[in-house]
Amino acid sequence: MNFSNFFLYIQQEIRLVFLIVILFLYDIFSPKVGRIFFTKIVLIGFTIITILNFLSCFTIFGKIFGGMYITSPLTTFVKNILNIATLLVFLQSNKWLSSKDMVLKQGEFYIIMLISLLGMYLMISAENFMILYIGMEMATVPLACLVTFNKYQRKSAEAGVKYILISGFSSGLMLFGLSFLYGSLGSFYFSNINLNTIASPLEILGFIFFFSSLGLKLSLVPFHLWTADVYEGAPTSVTAYLSVVSKGTAVFTLIFVLYKVFGHIELIWHNILWVLSVLTIILGNLFAIHQKDIKRFFAFSSISQAGYILLGIIAGTTQGMTSTIFYVLIYLFSNLAVFGVIAIVEYQTNGDTRIKVFNGLYQSNPKLALVMMFALFSLGGIPPFSGFFSKFFIFMAAIEREQYILVFIALLNTVISLYYYLLIIKIMFLEKKEKNILKCYKVDIYNRFNLLICTIGIFIIGFLSIIYEYIETLSFGIL
Amino acid sequence: MSILSLFVIIPVLMIVALLLVCKGINSIRLVMVLGAVVLIVLVIILTILFFHERSISNAKMLFVSSIKWYSPLNISYTVGIDGVSILMLILSVIVMSTGILSSWNINNMEKEYFLWYCILLIGVFGFFISIDLFTMFLFYEIALIPMYLLIGLWGTGNKEYSAMKLTLMLMGGSVFIMFGIIGIYHTSGSITMNILEIAKLYIPMGYQRWFFLSTFLGFGILSALFPFHTWSPDGHASAPTAVSMLHAGVLMKLGGYGCFRVAIYLLPEAAHELSWIFLILTSIGVIYGAFNAVVQTDLKYINAYSSVSHCGLVLFAILIMNQTAMTGAIMQMLSHGLTTSLFFALIGSIYNRMHTRNIKEIGGIMKIMPFLSVCYVIAGLTSLGLPGLSGFISEMTIFVGAFQYSDLFHRVLTIVTCCSIVISAVYILRTIGKILYGEIIQKQHIVNLKDATWYEKTSVICLIIAIIFIGIYPSVPSEMISTSLIFFLQK
Repeated sequence: MNFSNFFLYIQQEIRLVFLIVILFLYDIFSPKVGRIFFTKIVLIGFTIITILNFLSCFTIFGKIFGGMYITSPLTTFVKNILNIATLLVFLQSNKWLSSKDMVLKQGEFYIIMLISLLGMYLMISAENFMILYIGMEMATVPLACLVTFNKYQRKSAEAGVKYILISGFSSGLMLFGLSFLYGSLGSFYFSNINLNTIASPLEILGFIFFFSSLGLKLSLVPFHLWTADVYEGAPTSVTAYLSVVSKGTAVFTLIFVLYKVFGHIELIWHNILWVLSVLTIILGNLFAIHQKDIKRFFAFSSISQAGYILLGIIAGTTQGMTSTIFYVLIYLFSNLAVFGVIAIVEYQTNGDTRIKVFNGLYQSNPKLALVMMFALFSLGGIPPFSGFFSKFFIFMAAIEREQYILVFIALLNTVISLYYYLLIIKIMFLEKKEKNILKCYKVDIYNRFNLLICTIGIFIIGFLSIIYEYIETLSFGIL
Repeated sequence: MSILSLFVIIPVLMIVALLLVCKGINSIRLVMVLGAVVLIVLVIILTILFFHERSISNAKMLFVSSIKWYSPLNISYTVGIDGVSILMLILSVIVMSTGILSSWNINNMEKEYFLWYCILLIGVFGFFISIDLFTMFLFYEIALIPMYLLIGLWGTGNKEYSAMKLTLMLMGGSVFIMFGIIGIYHTSGSITMNILEIAKLYIPMGYQRWFFLSTFLGFGILSALFPFHTWSPDGHASAPTAVSMLHAGVLMKLGGYGCFRVAIYLLPEAAHELSWIFLILTSIGVIYGAFNAVVQTDLKYINAYSSVSHCGLVLFAILIMNQTAMTGAIMQMLSHGLTTSLFFALIGSIYNRMHTRNIKEIGGIMKIMPFLSVCYVIAGLTSLGLPGLSGFISEMTIFVGAFQYSDLFHRVLTIVTCCSIVISAVYILRTIGKILYGEIIQKQHIVNLKDATWYEKTSVICLIIAIIFIGIYPSVPSEMISTSLIFFLQK
């Protein structure tokens, strides 16, 4: 093995591990006074990593670990998307972490989250089901810790238990499915399975179990029941991380596995995805309408967004792939803006996350309300915000495969989703607040920065066709 | 960069100016008026240039310029105009400038109000100038969404309900449009989203039917097509004056224009086959709207239902699909746009003084506010089609065109639709008689009211001049329309 290449190919992972180690040492040895610099160190270090990743390795292509681990411009780009999302989550979690009972646990939070990110790197780069499984475990177990981070709050603890049980179940399903695949094909390598597959019932069974396990991560509809509870109970920053980074990783992994491994049995998973996508969109939307809690609300909203993402995967063309990745990129900025606002409001109201809290937000905090509105419009697919472009492209990609009925159903559901997004806007803009509780919330500099980046993302990514074109050049590789 | 893009850029600059520079109400007004003046000058220059270009070139669209946008998806920002779109631009500029004058005394969150107003303008202008399906749809949706907050925040009455209803129904319509345009693009096998290019290709009939139904329905909803018109009365009644004006005057034309430009132009075979469905619906709409207007007591509701009736006439004429009727359809769009904005402006002025729009509570205002009342009479007469005003020209042209078909179906529908003229005379004369010439109600409150202020006068007079111009000298717009229609019908 050529070691210079070895380090070249896993440089992103090495950088991340390096940062984790540094943080770990700092966490142990730093004096109590030094802890106020923790966020700054994390942010600076992580920003440097992200920038280095963006600069260095857009042309690297190769496999290591005997072909079990792949690095290509596409995986690099996708990991960079996750990096940006994680950075934004760090920015918005600072305020919460510097509160009195959290300040000593800051280190744990950052380290655990970065370890989970490392697991997601493994999932994305996997060329072998073992690596994929290891990556998935590495990503979910730390996440369960994060969900229960507010451990003295009943809801958070409950959510943590639910999450760890669900992810244990999901790992079990995946292993079960993999054992079928291994039993019938005798290999864990993606390329081997892809070459030898004959779509025997055993393999299909294996695929179904495997898919269900990813469906749990993606919270597609029959597997979505954990979502609302966990999103509600988890600390808001962790919810943001779950809904964007974790979900994004599941999407990317699903795309890669479906096309690299099960490309030959496309006809079979095509129908499954079709049904799941319709169910996910419709049920997600219908449940969202009646929610009284803003985090549960966005849990269901993100479920229905996952349904739209499936549309691009069903399309299965280069265009579909590109628009799916593009969709996730824009979804990232919109959703993180939403959770940034929620985090601020929640902090100010001592953890009250009922939708009522947002009554008359425009009167007291016009800027927050505006950012929230932009994000909601972007999620609902209203121009000129980027969400419009990503939705339009996803639908175009699906029509390309003659999925007229599916697109029509999805389109009708955009009206339903617009309805409940407008409900939030109505609450923020049209409802009046009593005079005596009219106060302007103080927003810390980090979260301001987060909201600024998100707003810029929401506004300009749609207009910059260069990003879409760049993703398209990358996506040619995997089909 | 073509001159046309300025129509989008100027509202954007107005937004930037509002955000960065403006502090007080006076600077906001200054920015808005300045923007309106620039747009007026621009549209005059454009009209002159258009006549010049038209005399030397016989291209379908003039001033075409195209910028590649999403090249993998064949999406580009393409603009171009023909006689129809330039008339629509002129209409929009007139209505929007008078709308600014009508919202002169808005006193609640002025800056936000005008911001949303400018976004609305971006959408409207962008829609009329673009000839690329994607950008067209983009601007279409940009024009729709500000309505929610404009009605919800600055409206009157049951505004939250109306705003939600209006937004959802129009967005439902845009869903059908989106389905249609993606389908048209895909099944035509085109390598560009340019309308002119797609029009040259043949779309298989099996698909055409679905996409025609879809796009016509989608655009039709915005033009208050009969069973889907219910957003219009509520929405118009609740909206603030200028928004009612812009919405009824310009935004409803987006629907007619879209039917004309997309549904009929790109899918002519299906349009011929399936036009009967929508012909029936529009004839019902025309009559139903008129009858409904007869029994309403709220001035805005009367006008909104009369809009349903008149916009139904636009769609009806578009579906007749011959030169005369289509010319009439575009003329009717202009005429209705001007008339209905005039109505809403006047109703807004009356409401500001009387604080009621119920015709039972208003009476005899001719003696107190002679200027407003005379203008109201002019608006009414235009609406019922008095010769010499624009309404007569357009309705006449439409019915002449419609009578050119000699089969029973078209004859019956045409005759039914013609009856609406009589009914509109009923509701307009009844209203005028009651509120202008009836006896004065609430005497002590009403006698002290002032007549129109200078900004109300200016806005109303502008609209009346335009109406009279079309009424007396219709050959200018009708020639602009028919030269464009020749290309259109030749396809």
